[in-house]
Amino acid sequence: MLVDWALVLEWVIKSILLVFILLTGFAYTTFYERKLAALIQLRIGPNRAGPGGWLQPAADGVKLIFKEEFTPAQAYKFVFVLAPIITVVPALVIMAVVPWGDVVNIFGRMVPLHIADINVAVLYILSVASVSVYGIVLAGWASNNKYSMLGGLRSSAQMLSYELALGLAFIGPILLAGSMSLTEIIDAQRNIWYIVYQPLGAVIFYIAMLAEVNRAPFDMPEAEQELTAGYHTEYSGMKFSLFFMGEYIKMAAVSGIFAALFLGGYRGPFVDELPALGPLYFFLKIVASLGVMIWIRATMPRLRYDRLMAFGWKVLLPLALFNVLITAVVIVALGL
Amino acid sequence: MNGELILFFVLAAVAIGAALGMLFSRNAVYSALFLILNFATVAVFFLLLGAPFIAMAQVTVYAGAIMVLFLFVIMLLGAEQIQHQARRGWQRPLAMLLTLALLAESAYLIFTRSDLLTVLEPAASDYGNPQAIGMLLFTEYLLPFEVTSILLLAAMVGAIVLVKEDRKKSGGQK
Repeated sequence: MLVDWALVLEWVIKSILLVFILLTGFAYTTFYERKLAALIQLRIGPNRAGPGGWLQPAADGVKLIFKEEFTPAQAYKFVFVLAPIITVVPALVIMAVVPWGDVVNIFGRMVPLHIADINVAVLYILSVASVSVYGIVLAGWASNNKYSMLGGLRSSAQMLSYELALGLAFIGPILLAGSMSLTEIIDAQRNIWYIVYQPLGAVIFYIAMLAEVNRAPFDMPEAEQELTAGYHTEYSGMKFSLFFMGEYIKMAAVSGIFAALFLGGYRGPFVDELPALGPLYFFLKIVASLGVMIWIRATMPRLRYDRLMAFGWKVLLPLALFNVLITAVVIVALGL
Repeated sequence: MNGELILFFVLAAVAIGAALGMLFSRNAVYSALFLILNFATVAVFFLLLGAPFIAMAQVTVYAGAIMVLFLFVIMLLGAEQIQHQARRGWQRPLAMLLTLALLAESAYLIFTRSDLLTVLEPAASDYGNPQAIGMLLFTEYLLPFEVTSILLLAAMVGAIVLVKEDRKKSGGQK
């Protein structure tokens, strides 16, 4: 078997680049959130570290590294260490199937700007999302703390319930594009974005993905006031920051998936002539989606837990099923 | 020895180790975690065999959804620790008997039907892609597919009936 070392090198570089961008992006997503939330709530926000507060993420990182790592005496040690890792890894690998650009010419070599273009990309996203539940559940259990346990149990029930609506919202774009590969779904949006054909699907997807990444108003597993920060009560130092990192990277990742499914991914004006514009458009779409998430967090109160479950099962799931039915009927009727 | 074979043996070792760990672990949560690891390795086996759809379904359904429910129940009941004095005297001989029967059956099949072990035809190139599976499900295997879906529907209705509040009994409470 002949191994194309240049190809292997290309993959390695792209993977490292993706992880690097996600990790730096994480730091600046927190900054973006604090600044935007401050703007919405008529505050100033962080402005001390560096010019305009732009070094705040670095200062936070240094502070977290020097914090004491505390493990409760009654905790299940191995799982206690494992849980933050299980939270971060799915967040990092889920972006592997999302293309962030077309094929570009770099020093005479045609490089496709995605890591894996597989024909089951959508299923891959769903399976990675379903694995990411474990991090929070195990963190809650291993802490051996009743509040953490409640947070963990809440999150498992919540994420399982909203995964159904999320999975059904995927079906709209799949039906329209006739493929499960994200590259083909994006190519099918060359002329018109799927959010136009699938407004209901897009809204359902956005709500379900907020619940999947435990963002406000669905940040039930944390719920400072009732659960004293829920599953990560007992975590400190770098282990805590891994959870923090997992949440913000997941936000960016699901925003990327949302952009790929409903906002045309890296497609935009003049992308066919100048493929290098692709990543820029994709980045702007992610930033816009993150902005909406922050906007929701800054303005919406948290839902009560029973309302959250009732909403997921009695409103979101039937609507998602309805959306699938309508989409399928219209596609068959118009003979698309 | 090529790379695929090395990968196979490493994965097989992980899968068997995880299965043994599940059996011998004294803590039900660790047992569940070992089982998840086992399911994940089986998913990688499917990938090796060129069936990405089944691999992804394996991770989503078994490792993702079902095992989360297992963990949920274990944690909710607080049933992590196995009681050492648990009375299960009759279970042990029965389990041994059934295991022996299974082993004897497999041995009989392997030694008498050696034609089962011949090299199979390589699968078609579109084998295991979602379109091909969907096409097969809705043409050749339509009846089994529909029967399965009705079975699942019946199970769902059954679950709802079981947990449904009995309005007559709890009347006046709400």
